[in-house]
Amino acid sequence: MANTQGTTGLLGWIDERFPLTKMMREHLTEYYAPKNFNFWYFFGSLALLVLVNQILTGIWLTMSYKPSAADAFGSVEYIMRDVDWGWLIRYMHSTGASAFFIVVYLHMFRALIYGSYKKPRELIWIFGVVIFLCLMAEAFMGYLLPWGQMSYWGAQVIINLFSAIPGIGPDLSVWIRGDYVVSDATLNRFFSLHVIAVPLVLVGLVVAHIIALHEVGSNNPDGVEIKKVKGPDGKPLDGIPFHPYYTVKDLVGVVVFLIFFSVVIFFMPEMGGYFLEHPNFDPADSMKTPAHIAPVWYFTPFYAMLRAVPSFAGTQIWGVIVMFAAILVLFFLPWLDRSPVKSIRYRGFLFKAGMVLFVVSFLILGYLGALPPDPLRTALAQTCTFIYFAFFAALPFLPMIEKTKPVPERVTEQ
Amino acid sequence: MSTVDAVDLGRRRFLTATATVVGGVGVAFVAVPFLKSWSPSERAQAAGAPVEADISKLEEGAMMTVEWRGKPVWLLKRTKKMLEDLSTLNGELSDPNSEVASQQPSYAQNAYRSINRETLVLVGICTHLGCAPTFRPDVAPADLGPQWKGGFFCPCHGSRFDLAGRVYKNVPAPTNMVVPSYRYLSESRVLIGVDPETA
Repeated sequence: MANTQGTTGLLGWIDERFPLTKMMREHLTEYYAPKNFNFWYFFGSLALLVLVNQILTGIWLTMSYKPSAADAFGSVEYIMRDVDWGWLIRYMHSTGASAFFIVVYLHMFRALIYGSYKKPRELIWIFGVVIFLCLMAEAFMGYLLPWGQMSYWGAQVIINLFSAIPGIGPDLSVWIRGDYVVSDATLNRFFSLHVIAVPLVLVGLVVAHIIALHEVGSNNPDGVEIKKVKGPDGKPLDGIPFHPYYTVKDLVGVVVFLIFFSVVIFFMPEMGGYFLEHPNFDPADSMKTPAHIAPVWYFTPFYAMLRAVPSFAGTQIWGVIVMFAAILVLFFLPWLDRSPVKSIRYRGFLFKAGMVLFVVSFLILGYLGALPPDPLRTALAQTCTFIYFAFFAALPFLPMIEKTKPVPERVTEQ
Repeated sequence: MSTVDAVDLGRRRFLTATATVVGGVGVAFVAVPFLKSWSPSERAQAAGAPVEADISKLEEGAMMTVEWRGKPVWLLKRTKKMLEDLSTLNGELSDPNSEVASQQPSYAQNAYRSINRETLVLVGICTHLGCAPTFRPDVAPADLGPQWKGGFFCPCHGSRFDLAGRVYKNVPAPTNMVVPSYRYLSESRVLIGVDPETA
């Protein structure tokens, strides 16, 4: 029995029963990626690396952690002090959480500037946004597990967001907690969701994200479709096989990333209270709220939007709606942006200016969300929230007045 | 036997549709126990039993905290001055007459939001997002401004309440703080979690 891949021996035996060589070719050695990938294209493979780090360290942490209100805080301290190398595994996990968001935010920014969400890559983008949502749920539930003061009150505040929903709200938040306050029942179910339910969904979505990517092929900094110009052998002229070219290039990215990652783990694992917040070194106390509650840095932009909206008409649902809308609007991005030009390189001044404003507003929101509110900061947060949404609202109308540059046929030299 | 190649498509569609509907109903039924298992367990509900507080040692202007259903419940003995100040604040409050019925039992829907004038019983949780506000009885402190006549300040999002748990206007919290049901067992013993016997 011969196989279609022309392999013999053990590999041939396998290929007759499982498409091993076929998959290697389709996804690595004969997957043609544009040859002009730049710095921004490191973050996809880095996100995969961090995911593996989180899963591996997470499995090891689960071996020593106790998911109960009585034992959780103590078991984390036990991991830190008594378990051999426990401190390293725990810091790899906690730093990995922040690294995940840094990498994913940069990965999303890349998609924004090069128009990687546009036709025919809408589904890649949508899978990506769902991954982002899962990641937020995963991080939020994971943060409750050390059962410190910030774990406890952070969860209290976020779960209470649901009680703002008119009618079913209060019952819904009791149902999520499994108790009238955040308690042992809440901790135990968050543990279950954090270690098995969400990671399972996350891995599935990552597979879907990559399959969709490999179906249509990667975008690139010029935003041109390399499949349009093929050589006599049927291969894209501007494409190079992912392996060995990009596997080797990404390996360099991995090394640089690991240098930064190690510096944080070994010299500043708390990152001045941004990666691990100081109140979380006190055990959870349901009778006493810390003086200032702030989420971990990666949630602060959305938290700032939540606080920026005042309650009116006897309900505080508006802030909650705005916060969730800030993420939901991302799903519609492929259809909001109607410009025929993908890459920012060939778009007009208005889009570039809008992008700068959008990014600056997001960063300011992130900064404000970590601080206690005062009237001036609230006004600034309201302005930035407005700019965030105005960016998306302006996209459909931009092509009417925007002067774009001609897009080249082939990718350009840098 | 006749040939088996002929397919009755109408029959196949009907069977597929009915099987889907029956299966869907089954899935819906099976989902119920999974969803219900997230509700508070019997043990959690039992822990919601009433608790007793002894206020005999509570001095004027002082506050004590007891735990009920895992939440802090405050018992504050207000001074004469504090009680007098309450009515002067009405213009600055969202709901000065406690008209939102869900926030207190009917017997605490009065100017002092309490059964006995002096003693305020309050669930110590901000109606915004559930933080525990801090007790700030000091008049006109630097951080809360010269108009402050004592009350509760939520450090999370800056909501303000007076010494009857009534919410100020233009703060994130939408409603007054919750007065739990409670009864006096004697002059100095309060049972939190049940209504008075003769209401």
